[in-house]
Amino acid sequence: MRRLFALATVLALSVASAGAASAAVGLKPEARDWSFDGVTGTYDRNALRRGLQVYLEVCASCHSLNLVAYRHLGGVGFSAEEIKAIAAEFEVEDGPNEEGEMFTRPARATDPFPQPFANDQEARAANSGALPPDLSVINKARKGGANYMYALLTGYREEAPQGFEMMEGMSYNDYFPGHQIAMPPPLVEDGVEYADGTKASVEQMSADVTIFLEWAGEPGMEDRKRLGIKVLLFLLVLTAMLFALKRKIWADLH
Amino acid sequence: MATPTWNNPIVKWIDYRLPVFSFMHHELVDYPTPRNLNYWWNFGSLAGIVLVIMIATGIWLAMHYMPHVDYAFDSVERIMRDVNYGWLLRYVHMNGGSMFFIVVYIHVFRGLYYGSYKNPREILWIMGVFILLAMMATAFMGYVLPWGQMSFWAATVITSLFSAVPLVGDAIVSWLWGGFAVDNPTLNRFFSLHYLLPFIIFALVFVHLWALHVHKSSNPLGIDMKGPQDSIPFHPYYTIKDTFGLGVLMVIWMFFVFFAPNFFLEPDNYIEANPLVTPAHIVPEWYLMPFYAILRAITFDIWFIPAKLIGVVAMFASILILLFLPWLDTSKVRSAKFRPIYKQFFWIFFVDCLILGWIGANPPDALFMDTVPLLIIGQIGTAYYFLHFVLVFPLLGWLERPRMVPESISAAVVAAEPPAPGSV
Amino acid sequence: MADSTTADPGATDDGEDRRDFLLIATSTVGAVGTALACWPFIDFMNPSADVLALSTTEVDLSPIEVGQSITVVWQGKPVFVRRRTAEEIEIAQAVPMGDLIEPEEDGARVQKADWLIMIGVCTHLGCIPLGQRSGEPKGEFDGWFCPCHGSHYDTSGRIRKGPAPNNLPIPPYEFLDDTTIKIG
Repeated sequence: MRRLFALATVLALSVASAGAASAAVGLKPEARDWSFDGVTGTYDRNALRRGLQVYLEVCASCHSLNLVAYRHLGGVGFSAEEIKAIAAEFEVEDGPNEEGEMFTRPARATDPFPQPFANDQEARAANSGALPPDLSVINKARKGGANYMYALLTGYREEAPQGFEMMEGMSYNDYFPGHQIAMPPPLVEDGVEYADGTKASVEQMSADVTIFLEWAGEPGMEDRKRLGIKVLLFLLVLTAMLFALKRKIWADLH
Repeated sequence: MATPTWNNPIVKWIDYRLPVFSFMHHELVDYPTPRNLNYWWNFGSLAGIVLVIMIATGIWLAMHYMPHVDYAFDSVERIMRDVNYGWLLRYVHMNGGSMFFIVVYIHVFRGLYYGSYKNPREILWIMGVFILLAMMATAFMGYVLPWGQMSFWAATVITSLFSAVPLVGDAIVSWLWGGFAVDNPTLNRFFSLHYLLPFIIFALVFVHLWALHVHKSSNPLGIDMKGPQDSIPFHPYYTIKDTFGLGVLMVIWMFFVFFAPNFFLEPDNYIEANPLVTPAHIVPEWYLMPFYAILRAITFDIWFIPAKLIGVVAMFASILILLFLPWLDTSKVRSAKFRPIYKQFFWIFFVDCLILGWIGANPPDALFMDTVPLLIIGQIGTAYYFLHFVLVFPLLGWLERPRMVPESISAAVVAAEPPAPGSV
Repeated sequence: MADSTTADPGATDDGEDRRDFLLIATSTVGAVGTALACWPFIDFMNPSADVLALSTTEVDLSPIEVGQSITVVWQGKPVFVRRRTAEEIEIAQAVPMGDLIEPEEDGARVQKADWLIMIGVCTHLGCIPLGQRSGEPKGEFDGWFCPCHGSHYDTSGRIRKGPAPNNLPIPPYEFLDDTTIKIG
């Protein structure tokens, strides 16, 4: 009974902490089924490839992905050759060379994804004052994670509800805290042409890029869960043995 | 409990010159322990093991961490992505902070329930309070190191508390910062101190254990061991019981590490620190929330003393008051088992701490059930927190009539039905 | 430490055996677990993925003239890339094996005779030998000279005189095309 109480303490405290930040207004995103959910969850490789395409063709024009390098795409299932080819499509600045000058060269697998803007100031200037956030850990950095990201991408409304004051250049989004978001609806029907022939609806692209961003936030998630199952099974067996041994040793006393 | 004779010649040679083996035998093997300790007595040794794991993972993480405002956030993410098993050690360390506080808080509440702080264990208890304070400081500074938004603003808010000190407050704050705001010098010194403090905790734990081994463990009955019939040797009985407890803790801890690693963390801390943008809602880690609620409960000036100062004093006092508990509690009986009224107050106090934690997690201007402002609840909770110490403890000692305390531990054990091993 | 409590007369031999077995089994599993738990700590200190990703270096050879050397960094170490003159190649190939401290044919040290590619770290105590730039001392064998303790290397990078025990090592490399090599 008291033990339950102690457990309840921990739960209550953590629930309290989790519930804390929901004060900002914005609809609660609906929970969706993701392939990466659960103890044995994995990333859907096809969705990751499509999501990468959406990121590169749409998001990357404003949003950086600083913590991800091309070489990490090995985790998405790309071969070394494919990665080299993807990287080579981008130019990066390098240098200084022997004359002391900076130069551009095709990106290598070891380079991080390109930065759309040279610095935050330039990014703000190009986006009417708003700073497009880096997307590397965006799903971890938002309450609701992937569910929020998907809801946000699909949650645009063309018209703000009656009586809602919109500021110039803002878009109305059901899920964005405060509803006014500086990012115009990024995805349009058939905005990309998927290599695998999947129909590029807004929902499809949103789901794909959300999965890709989940992967970008934690490329090692599958390894973590795989190891976790082994470790927990091991610990459960060991703890059961310890319990049996404890019973045996203490049996002497009575 | 005679000193054993050692047969191994090397052990014998060493022990004659430096009696480490005899010492270990005396303190860990033969060491007489009350035979009736329940599972709540596991949490002391668990805390010690968590400390060791935290120090080990921390030292390793420091090999790849970079305490610089430009690199800290990225270096942590590099540990997560590129360093071999970096994600594992970081998640163990990160969740270890929460596990440490869960274990230690249970340990503290166990002490409160069974009167473990009472004569002759006052210094033991006081050392424990110092350990708790050092842990909080360590955890707070560790939270700053990843240099996320919550890191930065927690550092700003907590260090700014000292600006409430009259006359020299601002000087103290800029001394803490090493600048005019939380910045690189602050991060650097926090890293340095975060690395140092666990070793100070380690030393305090040593003194804590030293004091423990003078008068030995208390027990659920709260009566002294009167002879060999009341005790059992620490090994193998409590070594195996503690190891089993460790197994259970590891299952829980590793569950969080592998399957819910960010459960205790605010999402905002995955946004790199930005000195120009404050998150909508700043909250400390869960283990500091009750104290945060006490800090915010004081919204009124008393006489000429500003509210801010009283809040800060109240927050520190809420922990420091524990130092005086051995003298505030006037009861002759230790264990709540024989104190029917105190037992109820203990649970009221426990719930009060939960409520304060919940208040600390939420914005103060929010309403409970759309009617009662959380602030009011926080103020009542804070008031009770202090009244529990300065009123309930002293008065109960005089007013309460304790139930009959058994003659001895062994008498109580025999009187009880053949108890299930290790249960209360 | 025969304690009265452990030598309970009520315990049967059978029970003792079962307990001993359980003790040994549990200790073994626990010890294995502890040992496995050490591995992440050890592996943590191994080169990380971003470091390993930089384990190869591509070098453009086209700007190097005959008789010129460049030094490139590969895995944190200097690599000497020298486009040898016909004369140097001839000398290197003509040396009798008996004259060498560590006998090695010149042909075994190069993929293309023009290009000598080796790690520029003296095999004695790790100094960087001189001889890459024109005007630097090249030693008695017209190759490289380590100023720390006076080791002389020849035009194939082989140790000829001095305390160093071995020839300058050859890194793994391949020609991607005529003017590009990949080291590592």
